[in-house]
Amino acid sequence: MDAIISGIGQSDVGRRLGRSGLDLTIDAALEAIADAGLTVADIDGLATYPGAFPGGPPGFSGPGSPDVHDALRLELSWHRGGIEGPAQLSAVVDAVVAVQAGLANHVLVYRTVTESSAQAAGREGIGLSGGGGAPKMGGSLQWSIPMRAYSAANWLAMNCHRHMHEFGTTPEQLAQIALNGRTNAGRNPKAVYREPITLDDYFASRMITTPFHLFDCDAPVDGSTAIVVSRPSHGASVDHPVARVEAVGTALRGRPSWDQFDDMTTMAARDAGAMLWERTSLTPADVDVAELYDGFSFLAMVWLEALGFCGPGESGPFIDGGGRIALDGELPVNTHGGQLSAGRLHGFGFIHEAVLQLRGEAGDRQVPGRCEVAAVANGGGPVAGSMLLVREDGR
Amino acid sequence: MTDAPFRVLPALDDDNRFFWTSGADGRLRFLRCQACGYWLHPPAPYCPSCGGRDVASEPVSGRGQVWSFTINHHPWDGSPEPWNIVLVELDEQPGLRLTSNLVGAADDAIEIGMRVQVAFEERDGIFFPLFEPEAP
Repeated sequence: MDAIISGIGQSDVGRRLGRSGLDLTIDAALEAIADAGLTVADIDGLATYPGAFPGGPPGFSGPGSPDVHDALRLELSWHRGGIEGPAQLSAVVDAVVAVQAGLANHVLVYRTVTESSAQAAGREGIGLSGGGGAPKMGGSLQWSIPMRAYSAANWLAMNCHRHMHEFGTTPEQLAQIALNGRTNAGRNPKAVYREPITLDDYFASRMITTPFHLFDCDAPVDGSTAIVVSRPSHGASVDHPVARVEAVGTALRGRPSWDQFDDMTTMAARDAGAMLWERTSLTPADVDVAELYDGFSFLAMVWLEALGFCGPGESGPFIDGGGRIALDGELPVNTHGGQLSAGRLHGFGFIHEAVLQLRGEAGDRQVPGRCEVAAVANGGGPVAGSMLLVREDGR
Repeated sequence: MTDAPFRVLPALDDDNRFFWTSGADGRLRFLRCQACGYWLHPPAPYCPSCGGRDVASEPVSGRGQVWSFTINHHPWDGSPEPWNIVLVELDEQPGLRLTSNLVGAADDAIEIGMRVQVAFEERDGIFFPLFEPEAP
């Protein structure tokens, strides 16, 4: 596609930072804009996921695009915010399309969370057990919440169980996603959990919902990630390599449902993964690093299959022992620690890390050898988006 | 069943009332295309199988199999005791599934493929379609 990621930025990332989402977003945005060799006045597009979302979980939404627009006094040719679409990546895809269509030259795209501070403020979980009248649930959640299936953890645990049933995937294999993330997080100064863990530690961690232990669930944090999507010609103006958007996968060919999707073992990742390779001459063998959504560990396994790094149902054997996906393995995965250990930056942490790796700026965790092609995947259940990034030299 | 657990109630409207009150006569119902017989869930005014617009609720057998399950340990609703969540696929149609809970069996007896039948739990006029092991 005709767009590049010309700059990246990220605020402090941590537990209970106690700063507003807008404050964190401005940090990330200014860093990304400067990194792209631009000034605030150059930004003529703005996109975010999910946009202001007052009904969502505490700390989930971050500031809406009008808040950032106004704070930076942007003069915009194009702007959007919203939660529907191919996962968190929908904001990036829209920005790419806007640039390609000539609606904007430089689009600031951001995702901000303050879930850690929000939870610390006393609004734990989903707040169902408080006093007063019984809450009532409409819309699509009426098919899960009244059945005490409260969380994506519950829903996805059933997908994972089905995968284990059909393919013989083991809990020890599932654990490798968490162990690999923690090992990589040890080399990432911004990761929230950096202490090494063993397989025994994993199995000793609290059971959340079988087969998911605590270490299979990502860690709520405060933080903001921003990128600048620009016209390809801008790549010659920056003093570092850039990431060209080679292809995106936005398909959802099955039903948009957590429990009615035809194949529980693939979910929507199947479609978003397949479409990615329909739009490029590159193949999975060309990928040097894979940053795969791990809101729950199992999702990274699903993405390994969906993106063709292994066959359907084969992710268990593929990651068995962890060597293949380690930093020095044949396909390094979640090199910053993923959301399990680096923190739940909700999709955009993977984009940031992929660009760092392509630019050779990942420090102690830089993948050895060639790093020219990166795969990024966001989402789980009925929401999924994927993206292939290719390194291009700058000025 | 034993002590009824905390439950969020569905918000009834004209589209879902038939489903959540269906158990009053002990039958589970879904919308069904009156032209081709395709079962629709969640309720929708269009048959994706034949394009028909004439849909009406009809009872199903209430029998099916556990497609998947999880035993929840996290106290999302304040309940300290673990509880099961099952995904049941009804016999009437591949992919016709309900997220539910299994009663009448220990959590550690739940298996994928287990045969089950509907067992309603009534609360404030809502009939939650739970499932129990199928009677032999």
